[in-house]
Amino acid sequence: MADLLQQVAEHRDVDAFRQLFQSYAPRVKSYMIRQGADPNTAEELAQETLLTVWRKAALYSGDKGSATTWIFTIARNLRIDRLRREFPWQELPEGHAETASSDLPPDEIVSEAERKLRVQAALETLPADQHEVVSLSYIEGLSHAEIAERLNVPLGTVKSRMRLAYQKIREAVEDLK
Amino acid sequence: MPICRHADTATLMSYSSGTLGEALGAVIASHVAMCPHCAAELARMDAIGGALMSALPSAAMIAIPPRPSAERADSVTTQTVEAPSGDRSMPAPLIRLAGPDLDSVAWKRLALGVWHARLPLSPGANGDLRLIKIAPGQVMPDHGHGGQEMTLVLDGSYTDGMGRFSRGDLADLDETTEHQPIADHETGCICLIASEEKARFKSLLARIVQPFVGM
Repeated sequence: MADLLQQVAEHRDVDAFRQLFQSYAPRVKSYMIRQGADPNTAEELAQETLLTVWRKAALYSGDKGSATTWIFTIARNLRIDRLRREFPWQELPEGHAETASSDLPPDEIVSEAERKLRVQAALETLPADQHEVVSLSYIEGLSHAEIAERLNVPLGTVKSRMRLAYQKIREAVEDLK
Repeated sequence: MPICRHADTATLMSYSSGTLGEALGAVIASHVAMCPHCAAELARMDAIGGALMSALPSAAMIAIPPRPSAERADSVTTQTVEAPSGDRSMPAPLIRLAGPDLDSVAWKRLALGVWHARLPLSPGANGDLRLIKIAPGQVMPDHGHGGQEMTLVLDGSYTDGMGRFSRGDLADLDETTEHQPIADHETGCICLIASEEKARFKSLLARIVQPFVGM
């Protein structure tokens, strides 16, 4: 997938873009529906996400994160802007490239494919209660307070489950060469 | 001096997932712009979103893939925000609201030795976001926090029960925390403060003004 995005970034390759669209738009649409959008709005937001990918492809750089992560950040920002009607402060990952990468020793800059696999594997092995809060936050778009209410647990419990989940994911990607 | 007080991991995840409110999000964005450590953490957290999104079942698209035109590409230069590096510079994310540096802020006096400048949020957003300037040696009223509140030091420093906070340091406080910050005796302190609820922030402001009004 990163190859397709690289094709789009470097050669403005329309066919690569259409393949990227076919592969990602249905997942972005699914994400928007889970975030509370009706199917029509979700469809529009999925199209807009992918067209933003086309417009901003020149900003994408493979060593800064996976294509999937990059597309997620575009979809997330669009969701904040359109579904929550708030200002999305988050820049696309490239925006902080200099500062972000200066903190990483060279051996921590890994192939994006490997990192993605590790994150996926770590997510799959999380205890159910930790996976649940992470998914409610990232996919259902609930705040930590809303998650606490939904699960009927104290806010502090939600936060500590989040921290534990991240700790495991961090460990999974940290030792990558 | 390196930044030694970072965003709470759970707060950073909330920001990464896109569920942190706009006011608190502004403080995190500003801290991340100044803090390579948290920027790297955030990049790892965003990968969680990527992985979860790509694991979702596909929802069938009605539209066929469009044929975008080449000229719609954004150039790299227009998108990259230069982070100013001067000591009194504004964190890059705040420049559009508050100007390029701390000296260009339109301060309004709130009480003796305390100035503020409110930063506008989107119409639908909850919370309160403002810059606060505190004169050297000024003691803020002892206060707790209803809901989450964050303070990011932009200039000078302050000290409270948790120690000293300097430029770039973030205090990420929940409703259980009480503190009585004192601005540095020589430099004073300029902070970005956000609270997730408007009403509760007003009560803090009232307590700042009260001792002076009551005199």
